[in-house]
Amino acid sequence: MAVFGGRRRADDPDLPPGQYLTHDFPVLSAGPTPTIDPDDWEFSIRTETGGIHRWSWPELLALPSEDITVDIHCVTSWSKLGTGWRGVSLDTLFADVETGLDFVMAHSYGGYTTNLILDELLDGQAWIAYEYDGEPLAPEHGGPARLLVPHLYFWKSAKWVRRLVMQSEDHPGFWEQYGYHLHGDPWREERYA
Amino acid sequence: MRGWLTATLVAAHRLTATARGLTFSVPDWPGSDAGQHLDLRLTAPDGYQAVRSYSIASVGPGSEVELAVERLPDGEVSPFLVDELELGDGVELRGPLGGWFVWRPGDTRPVQLIAGGSGVVPFVAMMRSHARAGSAAPMRLLYSLRTPEGAYFRDELSQPGPHVTTTYHYTRAAPPGWSRAAGRLTAEDLERATLPPSDGPLTYICGPTGFVEAITAALTTLGHSPDTIRTERFGGT
Repeated sequence: MAVFGGRRRADDPDLPPGQYLTHDFPVLSAGPTPTIDPDDWEFSIRTETGGIHRWSWPELLALPSEDITVDIHCVTSWSKLGTGWRGVSLDTLFADVETGLDFVMAHSYGGYTTNLILDELLDGQAWIAYEYDGEPLAPEHGGPARLLVPHLYFWKSAKWVRRLVMQSEDHPGFWEQYGYHLHGDPWREERYA
Repeated sequence: MRGWLTATLVAAHRLTATARGLTFSVPDWPGSDAGQHLDLRLTAPDGYQAVRSYSIASVGPGSEVELAVERLPDGEVSPFLVDELELGDGVELRGPLGGWFVWRPGDTRPVQLIAGGSGVVPFVAMMRSHARAGSAAPMRLLYSLRTPEGAYFRDELSQPGPHVTTTYHYTRAAPPGWSRAAGRLTAEDLERATLPPSDGPLTYICGPTGFVEAITAALTTLGHSPDTIRTERFGGT
């Protein structure tokens, strides 16, 4: 019988259960990387009243931004610690948004969707990120801008994000409809439904 | 949360110098659709565990699950699976997973499959599913490899059914007399060797990230709509 030794054995307290450390940056996407001209780019938040809050690319860049250093965890078991991003907090983007709904569907250029809970996007927990490691965010990693919700598995951090739509129930997004967990907390290993 | 299933290695064969086909008996396996993947977990005697995801080469109902594993130079799990795991040994599997990068026999659209290296594994399952169902949907595989020796399942893929064709492409070294010098797949190669947009194909691409990025960009330039292209990538940037 062959005995598995294992090599990494990282008893790293920053690694959630079932995750291993990686130093490169794997790419997982369901389809082609969309080409998005910043001149055409727009981000919006839509509420139950039909109210729409919109930001063009220059308007997004003009908002106060933050440097964010966070660990990210992919459901396919890799984690990357101490990644550096720059972007706009969703607290800033939601500052003038009035809604009575608790849930959010994120929509991306290219058609991807993922569902989130509004409370988990506020209070410094989520950003629209447009720089990674000091450089403009590369298209295959979600550029020009992606959602960054590092406390959830990384499929929740929608690449190429274009719109957040408030919803009254936690309707499943793209991967969630294919059996992935509605919530996706890596510390509770919420990988699959 | 779906649970871990006990799996026993019941057959294994060398696919290439760096890859091994592994067939596990999994009594509680629920069956899988072509293109799905699974998680495989190894446990060391001291309780340390490592989990990796693999595409499934087998398809359909039944309790046998076949994988094809490439040994990664700095891998932790793949060298053990390729070089050490013995017949009768156990691992744990969780799955099948994923419902997007799949092909089901009920789909009658023409299908173009484009593989880079070990990215061919889900397509082996799709071609098996196609053959088993006697599907009349045209299915084409374009298999890009560094060298001829790197091919997985060459005999099986080279004798496909009536509506299936396989085209090989070599990026580093081609066999003597091969019609195309070794080199990266270009838009011209894709135009020659894949179904055109006018056929309305659904195109699946699986391979390393750089390969998938280049192929998807070329296909959209050739006129394929992005929503007809499904991708699965491995590796980073």
